[in-house]
Amino acid sequence: MAYEGMIAETISVNGDKHEPISAYVARPLGPGPFPGMVLIHHVPGWDEWYRETTRKFAHHGYATISHNLYHRFGEGKADDVAAKARAEGGVADDQMVGDTEGAVQWLRAQPWLNGKVGVFGTCSGGRQTFLFACKSKSINAAVELWGGRVVMSKEELTAKQPVAPIDFTAGLSCPLIGLFGNEDRSPTPEQVDLHEAELKKHGKNYEFHRYDGAGHGFFYYDRPAYRIEQALDGWKKVFAFLEKHLAVIAGQRLNNVHLDRRDRQRGGRRQDW
Amino acid sequence: MCTSIVEIVSAEGAGKTGDGWIELTHSVVSYDHPHHALLEEAITIDFVNSALGPGARVAVELTLEAAKELSGALARAIIAAEIEEGARHRGG
Repeated sequence: MAYEGMIAETISVNGDKHEPISAYVARPLGPGPFPGMVLIHHVPGWDEWYRETTRKFAHHGYATISHNLYHRFGEGKADDVAAKARAEGGVADDQMVGDTEGAVQWLRAQPWLNGKVGVFGTCSGGRQTFLFACKSKSINAAVELWGGRVVMSKEELTAKQPVAPIDFTAGLSCPLIGLFGNEDRSPTPEQVDLHEAELKKHGKNYEFHRYDGAGHGFFYYDRPAYRIEQALDGWKKVFAFLEKHLAVIAGQRLNNVHLDRRDRQRGGRRQDW
Repeated sequence: MCTSIVEIVSAEGAGKTGDGWIELTHSVVSYDHPHHALLEEAITIDFVNSALGPGARVAVELTLEAAKELSGALARAIIAAEIEEGARHRGG
């Protein structure tokens, strides 16, 4: 049986304006090189689902970081921190871009990165993934899952979210995959149509997959929105897209990793990044 | 959040958290993804003390129907309370 292992732990990275923010990192043991993934958490916060998904990506061979966009709202349980974030109008788009760029640059500074980084997000994180991919030139792929409010009415714009992400489509700098449920109300199928039309208009490299029988959040196995068939197909499409654009090299997945001596000695203990 | 429905009003009173009672500063009402109730969206009400940490919160997540019933009950209780207060002020 091939040895497999990963390291997963919390760290601190430099976020927007070089302010330190917390992050959770998981990667396969071994020297790499590994492609990198940055996960942007959803409205419910920097929670257990995002911890698990960070480890899921590591299991599939990606060095993955999930940074805490709610760090500045204080320490606490994910639902309490998310409630505080909601009461204070959420996270400013500019700050999110700065924080996410910090996570990308942290990955790019690691010796085991293969030079490729993707970004993934669900719900508000899907919106933020698209927005980040339009404003940054530092990533190679973007995975937008049911991003609500990519299309925004004037009434929805706020000081923290002053421009609808769709208005930045011309700046999209990398291939994009989007997954959407046809029964979703945020985004509605009509909003996804507008999103897609804008991508076409600007000649962007994208693929959208829309699922019947699914609404918002159909990957969340712990919520009533979970739809197993659509979720399993969606995950396949996400990983196929990432393999294509981030070049996971066959044989470097977790179940076939070749460890160097330092990692074997280190076992599961904390290491210095 | 995936909806932009959030209403925040000041609150004077107290709420009981898992760690005991706290003074309240605000009530936050929204319609968004719940954390616990098995609903896609819920009316969530947080009674908080914004000067304290995120854990200073008393939270409920209600169906839209339950929230309407609560709203009606609140309105009826407030009307009755104001009648009671009015009678007291008149020395009744």
